[in-house]
Amino acid sequence: MIYADNAATTKMSEAAFNTMTSVMNEIWGNPSSLYAHGQKAKDVLENSREEIARLIGADPREIVFTSGGSEADNQAILSAAETGRKKGKTHIVSSAFEHHAVLHTLQRLEKEGFSVTLLDVHENGIVLPEEVEAAVREDTCLVTIMYANNEIGTIQPIKEIGEICRKKSVIFHTDAVQAIGHIPVNVKDDNIDMLSASAHKFHGPKGVGFLYVRKGISLTNLIEGGAQERGYRAGTENVPGIAAMATALKESISKTDENRCRLAAARDRLIEGLRQIPHSALNGDAENRLPGNVNFCFEGIEGESLLLLLDDKGICASSGSACTSGSLDPSHVLLAIGRVHDVAHGSMRLSLGEDITEEQVDYIIKSVKEVVDHLRGFSPIWRDLISGKRKFIL
Amino acid sequence: MALYSEKVMEHFRNPRNVGVIDDANGIGEVGNAKCGDIMKMYLKIEDGIVKDVKFETFGCGSAIASSSMATELIKGKPVKEVKEITNKSVAEALDGLPAHKMHCSVLAEEAIAAALEDYEKRTGNKT
Repeated sequence: MIYADNAATTKMSEAAFNTMTSVMNEIWGNPSSLYAHGQKAKDVLENSREEIARLIGADPREIVFTSGGSEADNQAILSAAETGRKKGKTHIVSSAFEHHAVLHTLQRLEKEGFSVTLLDVHENGIVLPEEVEAAVREDTCLVTIMYANNEIGTIQPIKEIGEICRKKSVIFHTDAVQAIGHIPVNVKDDNIDMLSASAHKFHGPKGVGFLYVRKGISLTNLIEGGAQERGYRAGTENVPGIAAMATALKESISKTDENRCRLAAARDRLIEGLRQIPHSALNGDAENRLPGNVNFCFEGIEGESLLLLLDDKGICASSGSACTSGSLDPSHVLLAIGRVHDVAHGSMRLSLGEDITEEQVDYIIKSVKEVVDHLRGFSPIWRDLISGKRKFIL
Repeated sequence: MALYSEKVMEHFRNPRNVGVIDDANGIGEVGNAKCGDIMKMYLKIEDGIVKDVKFETFGCGSAIASSSMATELIKGKPVKEVKEITNKSVAEALDGLPAHKMHCSVLAEEAIAAALEDYEKRTGNKT
């Protein structure tokens, strides 16, 4: 099997797995308990916090553990909105292709009277800092722009956007779920006020993540209960998961440079190969993109069929077609970069893992070509396109 | 559990009656590219019997399997029986479809109906 869906989730690293099982086995006490067995768990928890903080350039007190990226996004946005509301600031700036954990939270706030500006991400899938600057108003309480897009992998000018927000004294949150552990991220250098991360995207376990909150920014808790996480997130801490997340992040970051070069080479080889398929197009900027992300549209075919046949060939991929999104519309990300419905239905995302080989890349190219040819062979749209009855878009 | 039944996957992997009939006397096309599903059905009807049927489909796995199964259900059948085929018969023959994919079997029923309508128009024969 070639697993090329690492943007969906990653396999846990051996080191993370070992940390998790040993903590589960040996240090299973409750960190809130007074006796030594509980305090050992507390030590694991706080050491993990220190490690994670160090890895992203933060202070340990600026890290709040959550159940994952979605919870972190919700808490960050709702907290900034709460602070804004108290000051009469009810405007939020974001982008059209954020993750649904962000977009749906913003929709909820709109129902409560907030107004939201969703910035254009242009054909290349990148937000322009000057457009952020122009969108920020007197009553803006938050700018939330993702670090890297989960579907098309485009990396946003986070540092520049952060600088603008600092200048304008507006809180800046970034959903860095796809970026952390894959490209260098430093909250201080990047002028970030709040950042969301999820362990299972960097070879840690599922169900655990964290929110970085810069000192001085107030946080609203989503879950009421005990005083865990200094009162910002109730519930007994997921100590094994948190410890494994710290191990995974340390490992991923220590290998970032080495992996990035290897992955980018594999990605570019894959892009070059897939470009040979006529009437296809790469989605998102070719340069400013995550090292393992490849996202294509193929005209005349539908994405789910493509994925099922690739699965038969042992390749795990994903698509932004309506059939795979569970709605009638194709991916909002592809629509946001200007792909029309007809073409967006025929999309495929491959997110490569660090262990990808050149032979595997070549096998993927060969397989995708075969499957696209096969599906076009009995597609009425393709027939109309090649006979000239319908105009090619790509 | 897998997304689709084995029957669906088998028809999806090896679709029957794929292609075009050059001298078809009934052609029906339904669906649209915007929604991600287009089904085109070609019929060759002689003496009230569907002598030959072929299809082309742009769509997901269940759309392709539904088209394939529909062609199997109507090939060689008298037009009267063909008219009785519903989306339910297609879905049942496929050992069921997931709830959110039932519209694919509806598309198959509609494609057959559209092809029969076209046949009536072209030949003046009532079905």
